[in-house]
Amino acid sequence: MLLNIANPTPSWNPLDDLAMLFHYDFMVHAFEAGTVVAIVAGSIGYFVVLRGSSFAAHALSHIGFAGAAGAVVIGLSPVVGLLAFTLGSGTAIGALGNRLRGRDMTIGIVLAWTLGLGVLFISLYRGYATEAYALLFGEILGISADDVLVTLIAGAITISALVIVYRPLLFSSVDEDLASAKGVPVTALSVIFMAILAVAVTEAVQVVGVLLIFALIVTPAAIAIRFTCRPPRAIAIGVGLALLFTWLGLSIAYFSPHPVSFFITSLAFFTYLGVRLSEPVRRALI
Amino acid sequence: MAILGPNGSGKTTLVRMILGLLSPAAGRLEVFGRTPRRGDPGIGYVPQRSTFDPELSIRGRDFVRLGVDGHRWGVRLLGGADAAAAVDASIDAVDAHAYADQPLGRLSGGEQQRLLLAEALVGNPRLLLMDEPLSYLDVRNQGTIVQLISDVARRRNLTVLLIAHDVNPLLRHIDQVVYVAAGRVAIGTPDEIITSERLSEIYSTPVEVVRDSRGRVFVVGLEEETSHPHA
Repeated sequence: MLLNIANPTPSWNPLDDLAMLFHYDFMVHAFEAGTVVAIVAGSIGYFVVLRGSSFAAHALSHIGFAGAAGAVVIGLSPVVGLLAFTLGSGTAIGALGNRLRGRDMTIGIVLAWTLGLGVLFISLYRGYATEAYALLFGEILGISADDVLVTLIAGAITISALVIVYRPLLFSSVDEDLASAKGVPVTALSVIFMAILAVAVTEAVQVVGVLLIFALIVTPAAIAIRFTCRPPRAIAIGVGLALLFTWLGLSIAYFSPHPVSFFITSLAFFTYLGVRLSEPVRRALI
Repeated sequence: MAILGPNGSGKTTLVRMILGLLSPAAGRLEVFGRTPRRGDPGIGYVPQRSTFDPELSIRGRDFVRLGVDGHRWGVRLLGGADAAAAVDASIDAVDAHAYADQPLGRLSGGEQQRLLLAEALVGNPRLLLMDEPLSYLDVRNQGTIVQLISDVARRRNLTVLLIAHDVNPLLRHIDQVVYVAAGRVAIGTPDEIITSERLSEIYSTPVEVVRDSRGRVFVVGLEEETSHPHA
């Protein structure tokens, strides 16, 4: 790979390091797409955590994998299949409702079946290994300028949709009964939310891949709600953390032979661990 | 006004019909002289619930705020001062200032119940519907919440329709009782309705109402339950 050939090493001059980071187009594209994805994932993550939908978010990405694999088999772009499957399953999960008992079980059953489908599709397409690998673990260093543009447009759509549904979505996430009595269309919102999530997941898959989606959607928001109980602040902290993990992960990976996804997920994990472990200390200090 | 009756008799269904969430299978229902519709600003509602998820990380104040504009689309950009003042007044009315800035999930059942009440009151409704607001509270908290509801209702000239399992904490405060059981309904003052004759009639089985020295009422003779506070 390019990284190994270039074999860059960090100097002690941060400006030189930055210049080196942005020397190649593929790194610039990676930073651009990563920034958009981090903003989207960090914002929607707050609602995923608030609604207790992290399993649904996780399942969506895996179901999307089957769609992507299927699209490649029939000669389409994997993103098309990814989006079709996440949107389809997302709206179906949304229609099940937010508080329904046994929802996770239903999602798990569908998830297992679609993963089986994914395996079939991979076996049908010979010489598919690299593309499957990219879908599973992310391929941010292979993003083209066109991909960046598509990511930006999709990001703008998801953020606008979130802004439009913000208040009623917050209301129905906190108390569905109450929101419904106030005239909030809770089931429609649940479907809309899952559709937005489906688009966000499809975007995030490019950066971290389907297996590692938690690191950008769930972990930053899960950390944020440990620091504040004010929704706008929690969203801001979540976005900030997602950006930090992505930027740092990309920068570290540039100077190392190891994959970007590993660094992003590790940063997210160890930050979460540190926050949880330091909680008794912080509580004692306040 | 209290709505009483055994489990499954349709108390919650009645409340959901008043809210416009369900329509009656037969007959007609009017609220403020018209067919109920969802989101009527004249109605404040406290749903039946145990407690909020302890992990729910949203400030009490932000929750009450949802009662003002939580049903509107978009985000609020300007002009939040009026809404913030209304939220403050409502939190004042239920005496919840001490913990309004803490995460809702971490509060006690009584504190959550007060904030739920504040949320219901923030739009200045004419009718307050409460679905079993006392069920998950201890006796002391039941007393303070009932007193609070009663004070607020008097001060704001508010009709309160409250579902309860035990009429005793309410007895001194309620004007009327709606008793729903076995598909029949009786309405009247507590003294008229909670009597051996009327309840036997409603249940079509002999039931006895016993009063103790402190004026508490107990309904005796229902199925296998030999004695329980009210029914």
